[in-house]
Amino acid sequence: MDTSSVIDNTHITIRSLSKNFGGVQLFSDFNLDIPKGKIISIFGPNGCGKSTLINMMSGIQDFNSGQILFGGKTLQDTRIGYVFQNYREAVFPWLTALENLYYPLKFLKLTESEKKLKVEKIVSSFDVKFDLNSYPYQLSGGQQQSISIMRALIVDPEVLFLDEPFSALDYEMTLFMREQLQKIFIERQTTTLLVSHDLEDAVYLADKVLLLTRKPTQVAAFLNYLAPRPRTVDVLSSEEFMKVKTESLNIFLAQVNNV
Amino acid sequence: MKKSLNFLVSILGFLLFWEILFQSKLVDPVLLPSPVQVIQALIKGFSNGDLQTDFLITVRRTIISFLLATIIAVPIGVFFGSSEIIYQRVEFLIDFFRSTPASALFPLFLVIFGTGEKTKIAVATFGAALAILFNVAYGVMNARKLRQLAAKVMGAPPIYILKDVTFLESMPQTFIGMRSGISIALVIVIVAEMFIGSSNGLGQKIINSQMVFDMPEMYAAIFAAGTLGYFLNLIFLLIEKKYIHWGGK
Repeated sequence: MDTSSVIDNTHITIRSLSKNFGGVQLFSDFNLDIPKGKIISIFGPNGCGKSTLINMMSGIQDFNSGQILFGGKTLQDTRIGYVFQNYREAVFPWLTALENLYYPLKFLKLTESEKKLKVEKIVSSFDVKFDLNSYPYQLSGGQQQSISIMRALIVDPEVLFLDEPFSALDYEMTLFMREQLQKIFIERQTTTLLVSHDLEDAVYLADKVLLLTRKPTQVAAFLNYLAPRPRTVDVLSSEEFMKVKTESLNIFLAQVNNV
Repeated sequence: MKKSLNFLVSILGFLLFWEILFQSKLVDPVLLPSPVQVIQALIKGFSNGDLQTDFLITVRRTIISFLLATIIAVPIGVFFGSSEIIYQRVEFLIDFFRSTPASALFPLFLVIFGTGEKTKIAVATFGAALAILFNVAYGVMNARKLRQLAAKVMGAPPIYILKDVTFLESMPQTFIGMRSGISIALVIVIVAEMFIGSSNGLGQKIINSQMVFDMPEMYAAIFAAGTLGYFLNLIFLLIEKKYIHWGGK
């Protein structure tokens, strides 16, 4: 893919976003354009509102004023998927893995065979190796988070939100899930917002890295990382990766030290 | 296998200890008959239908009270639990009546419902309903917010979130409430049968045998009541294990 010719094709627009929380101004006149079909990693100091930002975008948290539009549409008219950090409390333990995947389809106008097709499609592209008739509590953490991610993707969301999806997983599982996510992304090109506390994950997966300031939160930088996909672990030692990672780190440190 | 062995050993051990106590004449044999006599009374009571009738009447009253309590308490519990503000407003009242011994309400219920069947069922329903109500409200209130949010971002309408997530989320706690509700219903039914103008039921059987000093029959009725309580609890545990399989996981 010739990355130099990629033109930012705006998908999500955030305008004059303000959010107070317990008397503290978390966001004030926050503006951002997010391109379509890219993975955006969000990184910033603790408590800067990384998760709050995607929660406001996804309707989990409300905001005081401002506007967030998805290709000109409001959230109500937009299909989204959301993956929580705590998969254990996000999957439905009374449903089997398979029933969990079917659940979001209940709210779409689809026939049974269309639903079945969607499930089969996501299961095959995720390369599931475990028994889908198991209950979540019978599965490992990585398998539960896989269900959670598949469940978010099954509705073919226009935007996918991931809130630190790997932080409760061990390193081996993180590497595996990172690859799965990248594979799915190459297939689907869904606009993806990934909150991460791990700079390596953040840059590795990203087309753009969004660095945030301390609160009141503003955009510190919105860096491009144009390495072609599929990326492999080799890119981790590439010059460009190091350059983006170092630049991100410097911006991050400047924010952390700027008390 | 090991479980049934433990079960057998504990029963046989208990009966043996009892028989030795009886043989030793340490306790007045009128007060403590031999286990053989009690077992004979138990068999006789169930074969001539005498004790069996009382047993079934108590089962019936307990189950009716429990079902009424569940029908009343579950929807109210879901309603109270679904809003923290509502729950806070009624929390004191629930706690207060839950702490009030249901037996203290017998005279009141007698005045309202008379001395018939209704009073026994009403008091038992009242006691059981409060235990269930409290647990359902608590279960709903403490439902994991994350699962509700997960359903919300999937586009689930509020009624589906309540039905598919919050309700199921509260089930383990609801079952704890139902299990204690049925025990409370049994306790109240037995006491009511003893003291509020009853002509049948295990409670009445126990107190009547005591009055005529038919100790084997009294012990037989006590064991029948104990067995009933034990199996009601056991049945609940089995249902819980099968249908609320995710509880505590």
